[in-house]
Amino acid sequence: MKAIRTLTLAATTSLAALLAAGSAGAVEIEYWQYIFDARITAMDKLIANFQAANPGITVKQSTFPYADYRTKVAAAIPAGEGPDVVQLFYGWLNDYVQADLIQPLPESTFPAARIEAEFFPMVQAMKIDGQYMALPTAVRSLALFYNTRLFAEAGITAPPATLAEMVEIAQKLTKKDGAGNITSEGITSGMTAQDHQWLREVLFRQFGAVPYTDDYRTVTYNTPEGAAALAFYTSLEQTLGVTSSTFMDEPQAAFKAGRAGMHIDGSFRIGALRDTRGLEWAVAELPAGPDGTQSNYASYWVNAITTKAEGEKYDAAVKFMDYITSDEAMQIWLETVGELPAKPSAALTPANIADPVYGPFIKGLGYGHATIFADETGQRQVLVDAVSRIFLQGQSPANSLAAAAAAEQALLDGYYKK
Amino acid sequence: MKYYRNLSISQKQVVWAWTFLALPVLFYVVIRFAPTANAILLSFQKWNLLGAREWVGLDNYVKLYNDPVFWKVFRNTFVYLILGTPASLVISFFIAYHLDKTRFLHSTLRALYFLPFLTSTVAMAWVWRWFYQPVPIGLFNNFIASMGFQQIAFLNSTTNALPAILVPAVWAGLGFQIIIFMAGLRAIPTSYYEAARIDGVSNWTTLWEITLPLLKPTIVFLVVFSSISFLRIFDQVFNMTTNNPGGPLNSTKPLVLMIYQTAFSSFDMGYAAAQTVVLFAVLLTVSLVQLRLMRDR
Repeated sequence: MKAIRTLTLAATTSLAALLAAGSAGAVEIEYWQYIFDARITAMDKLIANFQAANPGITVKQSTFPYADYRTKVAAAIPAGEGPDVVQLFYGWLNDYVQADLIQPLPESTFPAARIEAEFFPMVQAMKIDGQYMALPTAVRSLALFYNTRLFAEAGITAPPATLAEMVEIAQKLTKKDGAGNITSEGITSGMTAQDHQWLREVLFRQFGAVPYTDDYRTVTYNTPEGAAALAFYTSLEQTLGVTSSTFMDEPQAAFKAGRAGMHIDGSFRIGALRDTRGLEWAVAELPAGPDGTQSNYASYWVNAITTKAEGEKYDAAVKFMDYITSDEAMQIWLETVGELPAKPSAALTPANIADPVYGPFIKGLGYGHATIFADETGQRQVLVDAVSRIFLQGQSPANSLAAAAAAEQALLDGYYKK
Repeated sequence: MKYYRNLSISQKQVVWAWTFLALPVLFYVVIRFAPTANAILLSFQKWNLLGAREWVGLDNYVKLYNDPVFWKVFRNTFVYLILGTPASLVISFFIAYHLDKTRFLHSTLRALYFLPFLTSTVAMAWVWRWFYQPVPIGLFNNFIASMGFQQIAFLNSTTNALPAILVPAVWAGLGFQIIIFMAGLRAIPTSYYEAARIDGVSNWTTLWEITLPLLKPTIVFLVVFSSISFLRIFDQVFNMTTNNPGGPLNSTKPLVLMIYQTAFSSFDMGYAAAQTVVLFAVLLTVSLVQLRLMRDR
């Protein structure tokens, strides 16, 4: 019995020694993201380039279904397993930091001043107590998709530059049947799609309201200007009749089917629209507000170094982070995934700006805002309900907005209460 | 070994019984009871899936009590139960009663009624969702509009949405209930009916005095079974309103959907666990009350 135990012990020790010897020359770090085919392909390309440049380091990519992702990360890192570099949605940063799952990026390689000089301003949401916790490779913004065939039919030559033009064009494009039911929309609408972002970061600002304080912990859109923005949004359906939020189930479905003249959506929609046969479309910047204000909503996925990475793995992880936030990596990401570079130096190249599809999105990044969400679904629901109260219960925009502000503030207070 | 040899036969039987029971008992403890206990514990804690659990006492329950959405959702859950259970039982009994008397194409008809029960709820919910769309794509509204009437907002309405979701839910459950009712009807001895016929009793009296009383065990089973399924309704609601889960202004949101959103969209696991404990208590109470009421007096 004892002999067997000794033998096992010896075998284990020698095996461990063997493994340690094998890994002495090469460091292997692990990268985790959720399953999204184009991103996995892009990351494979980045890893290949990185490994070619850093022969001592190998990067292993693991992917998980979106639904399990958070639980897996949460379970693995405290156990000393799992990723050294991890991808997360920017809105989750707070949770990850508080749970001690990720560590700050080293000031030596990622000085705050350099990040602020090089990246688009919205990336500053990743700074906690003066330290950057995570950085994106790519960002997404909103733009106006429009159906060129419907535009040509109606004799419209250029996309709208302002909200007033947008309304005018939408009225020309709307088609109705004899009973007054919409058969083709001027512009799509749906608070549950991207419209809540459009309202929150774009329309509020264009009508002169500031949606939140700088730390996004206090709601400040409950003003006459905010109510005017909401009234403008709901008037598209209620008084102007150029849209219907329930038309064809989902706004993007209506646009894809060629039954809508204009559609506001994110850069992530480009791929799906390209695959739609027979649809002729183009992209323009979001229309400017009454006083010419331009605004946009940007969101992104970031990469961060986890608390699991220590010693040589940490050093390798820093090098890897440095590479995947480089201009070269961002261009590869744009070409493979269609998501926009997070730095002006990579995004605002003459070729990218001139690109008819990416150009408007990239221009939007310059004036984009990234909402710091405490609970994106909950905060979306607040604005969805604000519009529902106006449509279904006849509430005035001012009252509905006041109720929404109170509900969202309660949500934020509950989240930040510690 | 010696200890075992000294046991009496009945004691040995007990030992064997527990040996065989050990596996299912272990299974239930690990798979059912431990997670249940964990959920109850979690309802007194704050946890966002990441990081450590934090003890917060009754905070989650206090929050629940003061949450208007919870009470709205609580009401919805009971509306599903109170409308759904009687409707499905009456319809399925009516069909089963007449199907039982039908000879022509009996098996085919029975299979047709059972078919929806075999269909995936998700697929069915999406088909019904399409039925309910406004013109130009919705089946019902296209028909209504072609007759020259005003469209009906089925799902985008605070009053119509819940019944609109209940209809496919009731329809989907019919097949199963019909089969159970028919089995119950077949189990009633024909001698009672013969005696009734000899006495010249009307069909109505036969139904009321013989069929229904003797179907009582079947009815008890179906009431409990269908109540639980309506209290737990989720698939239909979630899939028919994925854009705005729970319908406009929470008009269709049942408790299970609220639990799902609290846990997996807001990552507020403690609060979700508190909601789960409430659902558990409701299900337990409703089932116990029904079993007691429907027991032989």
